[in-house]
Amino acid sequence: MIVHSIFFYFFSVIAIFSSLMVITSRSTINSVFFLILDFISVGCLFIMVGAEFLGMILLIVYVGAVAVLFLFVVMMLNVAEQKQSWFIGKKSTHIPTGLIVSVLILLELLVVVGGWKYKEDLMSSSTLLLSEISNTHQLGLVMYTDYILYFQLAGIVLLLAMIGAILLTFRERVGVKKQSYLNQISRDPSNAVELIEVKSNQGVKVDD
Amino acid sequence: MIEYLQILAQEVYKIIFLLVPILVSVAMIVWLDRRVWGLVQKRRGPNVVGPFGLFQTLADALKYIFKEIIIPASANRVVFILAPIITMTLALVAWAVIPMSEDLVLANINVGILYLFAISSLGVYGIIMGGWASNSKYPFLGAIRSAAQMVSYEVSIGIIIINVLLCVGSLNLNDIVIAQKELWYVIPLFPMFVIFFISALAETNRPPFDLPEAEAELVAGYQTEYSGMMYAMFWLGEYANILLMCAMGSILFLGGWLPLMDIYPLNIIPAPIWMILKILFLFLLFALIKAIVPRYRYDQLMRLGWKIFLPFSLIYLVLTASFLFYFDKLPKVNI
Repeated sequence: MIVHSIFFYFFSVIAIFSSLMVITSRSTINSVFFLILDFISVGCLFIMVGAEFLGMILLIVYVGAVAVLFLFVVMMLNVAEQKQSWFIGKKSTHIPTGLIVSVLILLELLVVVGGWKYKEDLMSSSTLLLSEISNTHQLGLVMYTDYILYFQLAGIVLLLAMIGAILLTFRERVGVKKQSYLNQISRDPSNAVELIEVKSNQGVKVDD
Repeated sequence: MIEYLQILAQEVYKIIFLLVPILVSVAMIVWLDRRVWGLVQKRRGPNVVGPFGLFQTLADALKYIFKEIIIPASANRVVFILAPIITMTLALVAWAVIPMSEDLVLANINVGILYLFAISSLGVYGIIMGGWASNSKYPFLGAIRSAAQMVSYEVSIGIIIINVLLCVGSLNLNDIVIAQKELWYVIPLFPMFVIFFISALAETNRPPFDLPEAEAELVAGYQTEYSGMMYAMFWLGEYANILLMCAMGSILFLGGWLPLMDIYPLNIIPAPIWMILKILFLFLLFALIKAIVPRYRYDQLMRLGWKIFLPFSLIYLVLTASFLFYFDKLPKVNI
């Protein structure tokens, strides 16, 4: 048990330290790296309490996909310019918005933790008590039976978000050359090569 | 506490026992790759150092160790040094769950296939970090290309894995192998095997999808600024990843450590040898493809991943599920 708690404190100290570094570090790229470290250590904590499926999914979805997109965006930013506008000179306008969001998240956390402490059997569904079967099977048993509606709703919300993002960034550009794969593949020498008799001093006009 | 230290020592012993053969086989696989490449092009390939040139990679590694490591002045030092370390570590860490036989496996965890998938999706970080930290044009472009490519092809690999999992009903790698006792999944899921193989080529940045290091456009992609041992770590990590993808393919589709058929002369050959033979078979395909197929254009690569592989594997997933459901062949879970 002592080893278990050593590992628990190890990972949780890393998690808290790196989440502090995310909001305090000056360079955005370091923030993203610390965010990744945070995700990984929280994933390890999940695995330590026996939620191996959740831990692995956290790694795959957040570290493997979401954080890569974050890195993409941050790497495209001009770091030097950003430092000037954020940390030197004019007052920051981000503080009120940030405060509202963080107060909301804090309230949500309080509701969740308070509710769990107040009503102890809130967390234990009757299906989950079968400890013989593995974690993944347990999740599947409740997710596709008791909570199928919420599961489908979450899927639809995500799909809508994706379509919305595509719609917002989609712009049709005119006058751009596009390659048609069908035309490229179906070319053959008879219609690709042409022999022309060129007259002196006149040249030929080739369609480009 | 003492007990714990004993267990720890035992595990470290096992890990060394696993790592040394992998590093040696990575060295051999590099030699095999160059040799096959040479033979296809009617050259001899490396044949000078040692018998048949077998020690060529060792000689190369020795050369890299004694070369100077140059860190560009404008590079981000920490990230620059971290990148090859991450690539190499992730490539080796994933081997912990690969079963070489029913009980010859370091960690037989319940969610083995998810672990493999997670580790292989983390591999992109080494490349992005290397490319960004170099603070130079070509490495950055190479890193962006490579990241986009790996993220796109991971999606179809994920769906292919779900296809196999539907037939098995377990995330444990040993269960996946045992479920193929009657029929290897390469037969009922043959289209998925082909797509998995091509996606594995793209995922490991192998030709014909080696656009991140297309030398004609990007010098050497994300590795341009690396030298000495740091370059060698990228290089070895890449080959360890290729071997890992071959191992994954043989577990998912070729029956892992199971013999070809359960008849007399074949089933006395020990299980690890079957596993190694299957990995080698897949690797030979990798090597042959490197030698004969020309490089793709980048838009073609993206189109193949998103517009062909993703819809096709999704449709095949629905087909597999309906087939299993209709013929009542879904794996039963005994609770």
